Amino acid sequence: MRTLADAFAAARDEGRAALIGYLPAGFPTPDQAVELIAAMVEGGVDIVEVGLPYSDPLMDGPDIQAAVNAALAAGTTTDVVLDTVAQVATTGAVPLVMSYWNPIEQYGLERFALRMAEAGGQGVITPDLTPEEAADWITVTTRHELDRIFLAAPSSTDARIDRVASVSSGFLYAASTMGVTGGRTAVSSAAPELVRRCRAITGLPIGVGIGISTGDQAAEVASYADGVIVGSAFVKRILHAPDHAAAVVAVCDLARELATGVRAS
Amino acid sequence: MTDIAESMTAATDPWHFGPYGGRFVPEALTAALDELDAAFTTALADPDFGAELAALEVHYTGRPSPLTPARRFSAECGGARVYLKREDLNHTGSHKINNVLGQALLTKRMGKERVIAETGAGQHGVATATAAALMGLECTVYMGEEDTRRQALNVARMRLLGAEVVPVTAGSRTLKDAINEAMRDWVTTVDRTHYVLGTVTGPAPFPRMVRHFHEVIGREARAQILEAEGRLPDAAVACVGGGSNAIGLFSAFIDDPQVQLRGYEAGGEGVATGRHASRFAAGSPGVLHGARTYVMQDEWGQTLPSHSISAGLDYPGVGPEHSWLHDTGRAIYEPVDDAEAMSAFAALCRTEGIIPAIETAHALAGAMRLGRELGPDAVIVVNLSGRGDKDVATAAAWFGIDLDGHDQGRAPGMRP
Ligand SMILES: Cc1ncc(COP(=O)(O)O)c(C=O)c1O
Repeated sequence: MRTLADAFAAARDEGRAALIGYLPAGFPTPDQAVELIAAMVEGGVDIVEVGLPYSDPLMDGPDIQAAVNAALAAGTTTDVVLDTVAQVATTGAVPLVMSYWNPIEQYGLERFALRMAEAGGQGVITPDLTPEEAADWITVTTRHELDRIFLAAPSSTDARIDRVASVSSGFLYAASTMGVTGGRTAVSSAAPELVRRCRAITGLPIGVGIGISTGDQAAEVASYADGVIVGSAFVKRILHAPDHAAAVVAVCDLARELATGVRAS
Repeated sequence: MTDIAESMTAATDPWHFGPYGGRFVPEALTAALDELDAAFTTALADPDFGAELAALEVHYTGRPSPLTPARRFSAECGGARVYLKREDLNHTGSHKINNVLGQALLTKRMGKERVIAETGAGQHGVATATAAALMGLECTVYMGEEDTRRQALNVARMRLLGAEVVPVTAGSRTLKDAINEAMRDWVTTVDRTHYVLGTVTGPAPFPRMVRHFHEVIGREARAQILEAEGRLPDAAVACVGGGSNAIGLFSAFIDDPQVQLRGYEAGGEGVATGRHASRFAAGSPGVLHGARTYVMQDEWGQTLPSHSISAGLDYPGVGPEHSWLHDTGRAIYEPVDDAEAMSAFAALCRTEGIIPAIETAHALAGAMRLGRELGPDAVIVVNLSGRGDKDVATAAAWFGIDLDGHDQGRAPGMRP
């Protein structure tokens, strides 16, 4: 099974950043989500963040809110998410789950980590879990050899980055900007400075996300980061596609454009 | 979570109440919460801050609020002697101003020029808009679209006070969704904006800080009841939305085991119907809006929509300290459904000449139940958290009163 470390090492050997794509499980339906993710991988995504749809996504902008609402309406449960992870694992990409904390807590930490590992999932991104509340999570993810990805933000102090990095593995997720997910016309100027500060503190690969939506932006971020994370831009293509077939093509095209971007520098 | 029972015995640190509370937020908010925590801690130690707030409470809010003996209403409560802590007489018409003035002063101290708030009934939004006008701060209030409709009077008040009111159309279009939107705004504008959270929920330090600013309710009530009765009450009673008016009253009596603490949450159309906001009767521990607490949720941890005739109680979470008081048995929480609340509303109107907020009517219904249980020797203090002007349209519809004056209407209380 390919691990996060493998994916980052392979990208580094090619002299490029890894491309990380996000899509929510179950959007617009569980089966179609799997096809859309496969298209993303075919287009060149190395690592897939499978989003666990949650009723109160307070870090997300309107596009991802719309997508997770649709996924929930389509009956997407945590079991469906784990099933999606298992199917993504067969594409050759490295599957992760991105989830707000409550669904994991209700599923049961041990049960969730065990099922993730069984499904071939490699790690979990938990945007609203702080290191202070993570003691039990660290224990179970260590037991099941899952990477734990925590976030750093432009407002994080160096001491805070150190704290977050000390409990993270796989990579450190640097949020490029102060704000919710969604495309911006320009990637925040705070991102390079945040990555520079993270590098001075940790040897973990640094992935940059929030606000990246084009090949040019991917190229720009790839020039200073180890991973380029794109989510809302994929979701937007699907929301705007006239039908599922068109959505599959649009997602694959965007992944190609971004994959070219991360190889440009 | 399997470990909850185990950590129940854990020592309570400043962020937690037993296993509840804490901080579950995106990292982008950590710095702002730390800054707030530091500003609050510094302010607590600064006599100037205390003096400034106390002066505002006296000269602006109109504190102390009276403790009114409710003689005729007592008859509806099995003859128990009921006293009303009159937070409805505060400037802006509810307890919410206590917290807002404290946080507005902190906003100035942090050098921020803008405040945002969520609001359900609109009372917290009005209080925030008021404090913003008083202190020269910009103000944006997020309010569920459903609530802008049922609390239209308060929307107009906020706009008159110069605040921008943003109707939230996401999700259930009520308080929960307004909080989501306020958090999203805050994460984006945090360098110049303070989020004036309106109740004792949210990530640390909000629950403890908001409690602190409402402790004045309990402090005054304790002194007033000792003066009136020469003894402590048998029970302190309040409605519980997020739980700020309740914790403000309870705080003065938590260490007096002879005083029962009774919180009443919204039973909506009845707990059995699923259309309610009874977190303790029908929820379970989970994480919502930055804290671990009792939450109405499905087996997957998705938040369930809440329902109540009262916008201010229509929320699927509750302050973490109440979860702790519930689990330890120190406080008892019961649902009161819409119909029972509205008949208590009518009873207070007709026996005391006081029109309460519909939120508060849930506490009054609780007092009627409890008084009948405790009997005529009992002394009960009820937090009259707000006045009912904002609810006139809802109450008129409930009681069949035609606001255009074309029909006689049934008298309040006539409805079965
Ligand atoms: C008059 C009144 N009472 C009570 C509440 C409920 O809030 P809390 O439980 O925080 O006191 C509200 C909230 O809007 C209110 O306006």
